[in-house]
Amino acid sequence: MRYFARRLAHAVLLLLGISVFSFALLQLAPGDFFSSLQLNPQISSRTVEALRSQYGLDKPLPVRYGSWLHSVLKGDLGTSFAYNSPVAPLLALRARNTLLLTGTATLLAWLLAIPLGIWSAAHRGEWGDRVGGVMTSTLLIVPELVLFLALLLLAVRTGWFPTGGMISAEFNDLNFWSKVKDLANHLLLPSLGLALATLPPLVRHIRSAMIEVLDSPFIRAARAHGIAEGRVLLRYALPVAANPLISLFGFSIATMLSAGLLVEVILSWPGIGPLLVDAILAKDTYIVVGTVMLSSVFLVAGNFFADMLLFAADPRIRME
Amino acid sequence: MIRADSRPNSSASLHAAEPLLRVTGLCKQFVQRRNFSRQQFSVNAFEDVNLQLFRGRTLALVGESGAGKSTLAHCIALLERPSEGTIALDGTDLLALDTKGLFPIRRRIQLIFQDPASALNPQLTACEIIAEPLAIQNVSTKKERHERALQLMDQVGLEPAAAQKQPFEFSGGQRQRLAIARALALEPDVLILDESLSALDALNRDLILQLLADLQAVRSLAYLYVSHDLRLVSQFADEVVVMYQGRIVEQKKTRELFARPAHFHTRELLATVHSVESILLERSA
Repeated sequence: MRYFARRLAHAVLLLLGISVFSFALLQLAPGDFFSSLQLNPQISSRTVEALRSQYGLDKPLPVRYGSWLHSVLKGDLGTSFAYNSPVAPLLALRARNTLLLTGTATLLAWLLAIPLGIWSAAHRGEWGDRVGGVMTSTLLIVPELVLFLALLLLAVRTGWFPTGGMISAEFNDLNFWSKVKDLANHLLLPSLGLALATLPPLVRHIRSAMIEVLDSPFIRAARAHGIAEGRVLLRYALPVAANPLISLFGFSIATMLSAGLLVEVILSWPGIGPLLVDAILAKDTYIVVGTVMLSSVFLVAGNFFADMLLFAADPRIRME
Repeated sequence: MIRADSRPNSSASLHAAEPLLRVTGLCKQFVQRRNFSRQQFSVNAFEDVNLQLFRGRTLALVGESGAGKSTLAHCIALLERPSEGTIALDGTDLLALDTKGLFPIRRRIQLIFQDPASALNPQLTACEIIAEPLAIQNVSTKKERHERALQLMDQVGLEPAAAQKQPFEFSGGQRQRLAIARALALEPDVLILDESLSALDALNRDLILQLLADLQAVRSLAYLYVSHDLRLVSQFADEVVVMYQGRIVEQKKTRELFARPAHFHTRELLATVHSVESILLERSA
């Protein structure tokens, strides 16, 4: 229990640090949301000043940070200048979409990576493993941007997949199963792209973790007892190799989130990615901070989840 | 402490009986291929090895690191396939058998590794570790296996109260006892000890040596003891085989080998024992 309390305290401190840091960084960028209004000759500088003071932009940074913290406690995460509404409800909808995409992609990536990694560990050095190695290396060196653009090209050229969005225009008129099918159809390409982008390091890590365990004497001992190969892999090696993989799961969430922003923008998935890009360009400060914080919360929560899994899986950690 | 020369059975009657395990002309070659070329090169781990193991006796396999001892031990334990030669157990050629045919044979030859920490599945409890070979070989029911595991723990001097502990909670000596109990679970005829005592401190080593000697007396086990430590060999083995660069260079009764080493490598190995002894004598003097 103390283990969790300590982890939780770490997480809260980390999030506070991230919020201070992102506030300070945004302050360093020249201008603000209302700077562009000053260029418009029809808007007087007094009006702009009034708007600035209405949104509290005339106050010093620590004061603004304080009032933002207060709004976090109230649960609205500040006010968006562009949408003229609290940030929290804007983010909530986008976050749901992002979670749907990254969740599906994480599931897909691991469901592909685990059998692939185990298979290539079991067939190490054989031609299948070599081909797999070449494929993961290729995927690893192809920039994510190129990969996603290639998927977009595929969708455009073949017409097999929708080229963007999350649902079709006539979504509301569909029955339940058609809705699910429509959503899955839109989800397929972005989640596949995201899964492919995160796949190579996962396969590599699973392969090497499995090889390390397969070489250990206790597996040799089990072989000397006459154990069947399938049982060695799944019942003996995989549970022992799982430890570093659980930590890897935490790390893979970070990759997933950063690649997720890109895939959302390119394949126009209505998640937090496009919202963040628009907000950065418009200097919609609180949306940017809110999005960064949300990503950090996802990341921290993912790692916290991985820590809990590790705690459950490994008795040695429990003893500490 | 049991000495080789204090054993029952005179050496004359020893070789009159049929050997339990007979290894003839055994070779192991590792072939590697360089990346991006067809060039192959091979390394001989050992070649033309002939050995005989008898019930209730201990054969020691000594030599420097890299002499091919461990690979030979792994081949005899059927963990690796030799390139040539035969391994016969009670007259049956094991290398002629397929995986299915080998399955019932495996329980008769067991191996104990050097490092007990990595030889035990870290996810299982002590009791599960000992019962594991029985489960793999589909021997008896789960409850009977559990009871058998507890008996074995008692036999190797582990508290049955520790049955639910996991390997990392045991000391090095206790872990090696656990490994021995696991190897004994299948009631093997041949026990291969691959440097199994070298990771232990002196006290634990002596205790486990005693345990192994007692087990041998009760079950007339045949031991193949792989080691580079001639001092232990002198206490433990009936016969010694010296390997040098993948070949057997000398094979004699322990006493005879210590009295009249023929090969220069044997003399080198003996010299290291003597120099350590003389240093110890000087210190105590």
